[in-house]
Amino acid sequence: MVAQQIAFGVTAFAMVVGAVRVVTTKNVVHAALWLMLVLAGVAANFILLAAEFVAVVQVLVYIGAIVVLFLFGIMLTRAPIGRESNLDNSMRPLSLVVGLLIFGLLASVLAKQWGRVHLHTANVQRTSDVAQSIFTQYVVPFEAVSVVLLAALVGAVVIARRD
Amino acid sequence: MLLNEYLFLAAFLFAAGVYGVLARRNAVLVLMSVELILNAVNINLVAFGAFRNSPVGQVFALFVIAIAAAEVGVGLAIVLLIYRNRRSIDLSEVDVMRG
Repeated sequence: MVAQQIAFGVTAFAMVVGAVRVVTTKNVVHAALWLMLVLAGVAANFILLAAEFVAVVQVLVYIGAIVVLFLFGIMLTRAPIGRESNLDNSMRPLSLVVGLLIFGLLASVLAKQWGRVHLHTANVQRTSDVAQSIFTQYVVPFEAVSVVLLAALVGAVVIARRD
Repeated sequence: MLLNEYLFLAAFLFAAGVYGVLARRNAVLVLMSVELILNAVNINLVAFGAFRNSPVGQVFALFVIAIAAAEVGVGLAIVLLIYRNRRSIDLSEVDVMRG
């Protein structure tokens, strides 16, 4: 339990730093790389929660595909690779207020509602349980998601094609 | 482990993502902030699934991951189209539909 606590502390610190850097850094490529750190931290948290299949999917889909897609997007839109001063708009102070308000509201509600609730990670959900659930109870949403993914990929090709 | 530790971490990621969506003017950076928000939701789903001892949290986290992949694909295609038409992906200049 102590090892789990230490691992959570380390990954949570890295994720907080990474998330702040994603939304404040002046370099677009660095933002993508900090995002990769945050996504890896999320995968580590899934492992701490004994959700190993979701963690593997997170690494494959997010770190393997989506970050590469972001880097391609940065490259194809010819964003300046070095530092850039005008990445933020004029609403920045107001945005900071809104972000802090949302975090304060969520934190106060969570502290009140889930104050000292403990997680019993002894009873884990195995991947076979997850597969059982997907292919019995949630098979229709699963098929719908497959169609949505196909439609989105075909749509992306149609939108981005030079004609 | 307290359930709240995961929930607080997810709340922070969510708030950082909202700040990024509002404050950034580069369209690719806005999409990255949306990814932060979606990952915060995923942490919440898996944490509550572990808390309730039910696999449904993980099932929905997998659905969210699939939808996020579709969203990034279409989003970056739209960003590329905006760049091709306007030579810029500055969102404060994309105001053709402003009333």
